[in-house]
Amino acid sequence: MALNTTDIKRIAHLARLEINEQEAASTLTKLSGILGLIEQMQAVDTTGITPMSHSQDVVQRLRDDVVTAANQREAFQANAPKLGNGSTSQAVDSGLYLVPQVIE
Amino acid sequence: MINSSLKHLGQMLAKKEISSVEMTQTFLTRINQYNPSINAYIALDDSKTLAQAKAADERIASGNAEPLTGIPFAQKDIFCAKGWQTTCGSKMLANFIAPYDAHVISQFNNVGAVNLGKTNMDEFAMGSSNETSYFGGVKNPWDFDRVPGGSSGGSAAAVAARLCAAATGTDTGGSIRQPASLCGFTGLKPTYGLVSRYGMIAFASSLDQAGPMAKSAEDCALMMNVMTGFDQRDSTSLNRPKEDYTRGLGNMQGAQPLKGLRIGLPKEYFADGLDADVAKVVQDAIAEYRKLGAETVDISLPNSQLSIPVYYVLAPAEASSNLSRYDGVRYGHRAAEYDDLMDMYMKSRAEGFGAEVKRRILIGTYVLSAGYYDAYYLKAQQIRRLIADDFTQAFKQCDVIMGPTAPSTAFKAGEKADDPVAMYLQDVYTIATNLAGLPGMSIPAGFSPSSDGKPLPVGLQLMGNYFDEARMLDVAHAYQQVTDWHLAMPEGLK
Amino acid sequence: MEWANNNWEVVIGLETHTQLKTNTKIFSGASIKYGAEPNTQADEVSIALPGVLPVLNKQAVECAIKFGLAINADIPARSVFSRKNYFYPDLPKGYQISQFELPVVGKGVVTIQVPATKNSEAYEKVINITRAHLEEDAGKSVHGAVEGMSGIDLNRAGTPLLEIVTEPDMRSAAEAVAYAKKLHELVQWIDICDGNMQEGSFRCDVNVSVRPKGQEKFGTRREIKNLNSFKFMTQAIEYETRWQIETLEDGGTIHQATVLFNPDTGETKAMRSKEEANDYRYFPDPDLLPLEVTAADKARVKATMGKSQNEEYSRYVNDLNMFPDDARAITTSRQIYNYFESVLAELRTIDVPTVTQNQDNANAKSVANWVINTLGSYLNKTNLDISESPVPPNQFAKMLSKIFDKTISNNAAKQVFEAMWAGESAGDVDAIIAAKGLKQESDSGAIEAIIDEVLKINPAMVEEFKAGKEKAFNALVGQAMKASKGKANPAQVNELLKKKLAN
Ligand SMILES: [Mg+2]
Ligand SMILES: [Zn+2]
Repeated sequence: MALNTTDIKRIAHLARLEINEQEAASTLTKLSGILGLIEQMQAVDTTGITPMSHSQDVVQRLRDDVVTAANQREAFQANAPKLGNGSTSQAVDSGLYLVPQVIE
Repeated sequence: MINSSLKHLGQMLAKKEISSVEMTQTFLTRINQYNPSINAYIALDDSKTLAQAKAADERIASGNAEPLTGIPFAQKDIFCAKGWQTTCGSKMLANFIAPYDAHVISQFNNVGAVNLGKTNMDEFAMGSSNETSYFGGVKNPWDFDRVPGGSSGGSAAAVAARLCAAATGTDTGGSIRQPASLCGFTGLKPTYGLVSRYGMIAFASSLDQAGPMAKSAEDCALMMNVMTGFDQRDSTSLNRPKEDYTRGLGNMQGAQPLKGLRIGLPKEYFADGLDADVAKVVQDAIAEYRKLGAETVDISLPNSQLSIPVYYVLAPAEASSNLSRYDGVRYGHRAAEYDDLMDMYMKSRAEGFGAEVKRRILIGTYVLSAGYYDAYYLKAQQIRRLIADDFTQAFKQCDVIMGPTAPSTAFKAGEKADDPVAMYLQDVYTIATNLAGLPGMSIPAGFSPSSDGKPLPVGLQLMGNYFDEARMLDVAHAYQQVTDWHLAMPEGLK
Repeated sequence: MEWANNNWEVVIGLETHTQLKTNTKIFSGASIKYGAEPNTQADEVSIALPGVLPVLNKQAVECAIKFGLAINADIPARSVFSRKNYFYPDLPKGYQISQFELPVVGKGVVTIQVPATKNSEAYEKVINITRAHLEEDAGKSVHGAVEGMSGIDLNRAGTPLLEIVTEPDMRSAAEAVAYAKKLHELVQWIDICDGNMQEGSFRCDVNVSVRPKGQEKFGTRREIKNLNSFKFMTQAIEYETRWQIETLEDGGTIHQATVLFNPDTGETKAMRSKEEANDYRYFPDPDLLPLEVTAADKARVKATMGKSQNEEYSRYVNDLNMFPDDARAITTSRQIYNYFESVLAELRTIDVPTVTQNQDNANAKSVANWVINTLGSYLNKTNLDISESPVPPNQFAKMLSKIFDKTISNNAAKQVFEAMWAGESAGDVDAIIAAKGLKQESDSGAIEAIIDEVLKINPAMVEEFKAGKEKAFNALVGQAMKASKGKANPAQVNELLKKKLAN
């Protein structure tokens, strides 16, 4: 499953990481090395082996449906990033987080 | 005092030989002196720290002290601590002030322990040398040209340089144990689920586990008493009765306290790739264990060699998803200039994450992407079970498993920085226990001289069965009763 | 449905997001109450702060189990939560926790009644449910507050949803709407969803494709997203069907797409933001363990569920002698049913000396009539929900008891009801009766006196009656009622009059 820079760019886009031509090329080299390491797995016959997601065979605990959270909007929004594009104010307005216009 | 055990520090405080404020100030002074060169701490806040010390003194005076009340600890910067800058070693969170406490932090706060500061780490815990930190590398206190290991490199250096009484770390693939080996102290990664992950910034959720990084097994046991325990905010936290991890330490007396203990020696852990000097130190330590009454059994963990490939599928896959929340919308880095929403995402994330983190996000995204899931993710989960099954078989023949923690002693900064695969091999002996969810430990077992003649610590790894931490701590403690490797301090930092 | 020709068949499947009736979010203890100030119900889990973790809400799981039981579905012993990864500002973690390979509810069935049209008879049809899975809702984007920006409100993020997916079993807009309505009734009946479509508690995605009649292979489908009214659903499906047929007949091809319905134009249009091919990278969420549902869990939930709509319908018709239409009307809505049952229960607590158990059952018929017709028409007129009725069940019951114990007549009761609705005399039944002087005359002496007077001044009518004209009897009753100003008990008047005339 050899990769090329087009694959790298596609994956980077899926992961929302801007990547230029040069970075894509150097990333390709490193990722290919890592994938080479990973390829060792393919030699193992895993027919019939149940995949292991968790180390303990325990089931999900359920939470009582009781409101326990108080409003902490101000405390949380103190961490809001700067709006950017020339504005150094925080990216919040009237309690809303601000992002560039979402197109539906 | 800086080389005292936690038990002794507690006794000094109880007897009022020293106040917590004085003890804390002693460490803060050392931090002031050495941290600028070692770079173990990312965030320090003397007023917060001393306020905690003062409160601890009041608590001691009122007679409500717990064993760790008033003792100053370093906290890995992966734990959210209310009011503290919490960065996870990343530019992405450089300005993030945690609005809440991680469970681990609450546990320390509840017993009145003092938080000295937040320690440096590989960015989002991805690394084995602390070189991926946005806040710069950390020096190995034994040789400033060398790395302390990672990802808990700051905590490791802080413990080794005695810039704290002890520290917390997290271990996803060896991030407590490998630095413990490279910096010469005792570190324990507990059974997955014993320490709540709530408030611990996620790298690979199914592998991440917090644990103690301290001078001795006894110190680790005291910290385990505080750190473990059921937390309903973490669905993977195990609801088990509270244990006293120090309960067996007192029995490790006499000539052969380990009589009857079967130590498994996996042949795969002594094969190619292991540095000869490291092998020698490990063999000597095992010989010491035989003197303590233990017998050794040759065992095999045939699939353990696959742990690196499996890990480098599962951990990046989970990480790629865990790190999607860093999008510049609600907190964290947002690009200064952007055209539209897509551009804001792409730039904010490209700028906020370092090279290694981006690499792992890309690997994880790739292995989960359409058409590859079965060949990579599912396959890795299947082999993960084979690796866990190896241990189940092995523990039928032995009580603990021993081997090297890391394939070599501390390496020079920059030596592997540009070769991810070489770096990943640092964790060849530690990853399997993360995949299986088993406890693993590294204890100082001696030194190996570096090429330039400086003594470099070597760790012995102990691996136990699920929930067998108390026995592992006993076994480590027995060794530390007859050796003093764990008390060695780097020249120049004494 | 009518289109150019009859050579095409439409194939429809639905995915419905029902918001579950819980107090808190599916994975955290933040309230889900509708209408709060932006982000005031967005706790650390809802905004995905670093380090936070999900813990599953028990109530949400019980809602899912209820639904599974109600549609006779497989409820597997274990189900798994997975992460659906995509970036969107209203999705704070960058992934939605949902269920993918192993949903909490497996295959089941819903039986629908498709109403008659001018061209076809009413019929029943079984719709197969593929699955129903638990997942979290996303937040909301608010547009226009700041120029060029969207505002993100995460109060809704993490609200528990049950996504119910059908097989592509429906063959017309009428069937699809009948299914959606039936499902809407059902989720309210089993009390897992408030059914409020304006607030988005019940949203349908409709997959539509067309194929030439007789062809087995399905055509390419387009998904109409987020329909929140049955009227729009009908319009959207009809438009979409016509558009697909015309496109194919014009030699075009249908491309798989997500489309939105614009109620202003009545048209469907492909969404721009969904153009990019999605690759959701599903994998089991490592922060959550497998969800176990045991036989005991199912039994415990079943015990809380009460009777099904069908069971209650049969009981009403067979045991309470109610008209089938009334029984149907009451069992279509959990709210109407609850109101009706509350009135009956209240009536049983009111000591009505003349009412026996049998009469109690007989009264049900009358109660049903009052609830459906009288209360129903007032609610309709004022556009109120039965839960918002200004006349609560206990006052309604009290008023009805006054009819049953003959304190007031049916006609007087209508005036009482009107007054209660308007809140007169604080809605108190006794006070209204007193204020309006509606108490019925039941003193036989007084009624006898009135009848004697009526007989005396109407000798002609008496003669007619005696000559065999039954009509004259009714006229005499009318005269007596009039003389009593409507307060005489009509039954008593009847009885006494008969007695007098027989003499
Ligand atoms: Mg869907
Ligand atoms: Zn959905």
